[in-house]
Amino acid sequence: MRGSLQALLTRELALAFRQKGELLQPLVFFVLVISLFPLGVGPGPQMLQKIGPGVIWVAVLLASLLGMERLFRDDFNDGWLEQMMLSPVPLTLVVLIKVLSHWLTCVLPLLLISPLLAVFLNLTLDMYQALLITLLLGTPLLSLVGATGVALTTGLQRGGVLLSLLLLPLFIPLLIFATSAVDAAALQLSYNGQLAIIGALLLLALALTPFATAYALRVIQS
Amino acid sequence: MWKWLHPYAKSEQAFRLCGRLLPWLSISAGLILGVGIVWGLAYAPSDYQQGDSFRIIYIHVPSAILSMGVYSVMAISALIGLVWQIRTATMAVAAIAPVGAVLTFIALFTGAAWGKPMWGTWWVWDARLTSELILLFLYLGVMALYQSFDDKQQGGKAAGVMALVGVVNLPIIHYSVEWWNTLHQGATITKFGKPSIAPEMLWPLLLCILGLALVSAAIGLYRFQTELMRREIHRPWVKALAGDGRTQENSNAI
Repeated sequence: MRGSLQALLTRELALAFRQKGELLQPLVFFVLVISLFPLGVGPGPQMLQKIGPGVIWVAVLLASLLGMERLFRDDFNDGWLEQMMLSPVPLTLVVLIKVLSHWLTCVLPLLLISPLLAVFLNLTLDMYQALLITLLLGTPLLSLVGATGVALTTGLQRGGVLLSLLLLPLFIPLLIFATSAVDAAALQLSYNGQLAIIGALLLLALALTPFATAYALRVIQS
Repeated sequence: MWKWLHPYAKSEQAFRLCGRLLPWLSISAGLILGVGIVWGLAYAPSDYQQGDSFRIIYIHVPSAILSMGVYSVMAISALIGLVWQIRTATMAVAAIAPVGAVLTFIALFTGAAWGKPMWGTWWVWDARLTSELILLFLYLGVMALYQSFDDKQQGGKAAGVMALVGVVNLPIIHYSVEWWNTLHQGATITKFGKPSIAPEMLWPLLLCILGLALVSAAIGLYRFQTELMRREIHRPWVKALAGDGRTQENSNAI
């Protein structure tokens, strides 16, 4: 079992790294969206610092949605997914591996480039620290919940807009807690409470969403 | 114990049951809602602080309560459809979602109209308003997902999954926005021990809630019947129902 899961992970990573263009798109989108904000609301450092956490988090939501659309599409089209359903490996674990590799290839680059954006938006060191921790806890949650929505829309022609309609409302709690943690950090307050809630949501999603995603994949495959 | 329910998993039986229930539901819904609305809007005493504009409560509160109640009914039928693989239950999900969406919209609209004279603004980013708005988005998501499948069987199941994901998220969303921001007045009638509303205002409100619940049930059942017919249009029982000659025309038209 462990061997086949490792093989799956290497396959996913290899596939992702051979399509470097697609890998870069969400990253460029992320940086672009954020650099639009100073142009839109004015370059005042105070203002940017105030809206910074929210802007970065909204941009992360949108960028990860953009990258997520492809999560199951190719595998669905070429029949690989159907083979996986027939294989002895549980579909829930396959889903988890795919989510993990998606997080490593599409979301981790966003985190790596975030120091640059913290400079763009004039965040203090405390705020950046809080932002990074919330991103580390929150983005896996995004990928897990997102996978369910992606699975539901995979077989459809115009899944993209529908996907954001389905998923963005579900991401609101995460957005609220994450930005309130960064705001608390800006005021030198403790933000353990917000982190604990995001962590709890992550564990809940980790326990439940693989089953929902696997079920959704079976529905669209039938 | 549940054996008596099983025949209704068959679409024809479910259709007939709806047909039997529908007239009773519609008549009682019309009577109760009519009495409640007239009593509330014309005869209930006006509020000492808000004057007559408080009377929108007789539309706002019932629709807000039912917007959530209808979602739970939808989620329960989604659960039944997914766990026991009962096809009629997934059809019910598709039939119920628009009813709930309309109720949610009415609650938001009347809330905005009430907010203008009372708070001085159409919209504030208050916790309850926000979670009601998100509820509307969840309904629209379920409806859009169902619409975009060509195979309605698949679409019903997918919409069911989405409804269940939404129902797990609803409390999380509710509490997160609650902690985020609150301006809305507290609930007035859930405290059944000692409601903070005068009884002569409360009774018409309860009648309105019951009446609107019956109206939603009646519209939901009617939509469910339509959904059953649309999905099973090629089945013999639908053809028999529509009369043989007309069925010929219908199938040609389609």
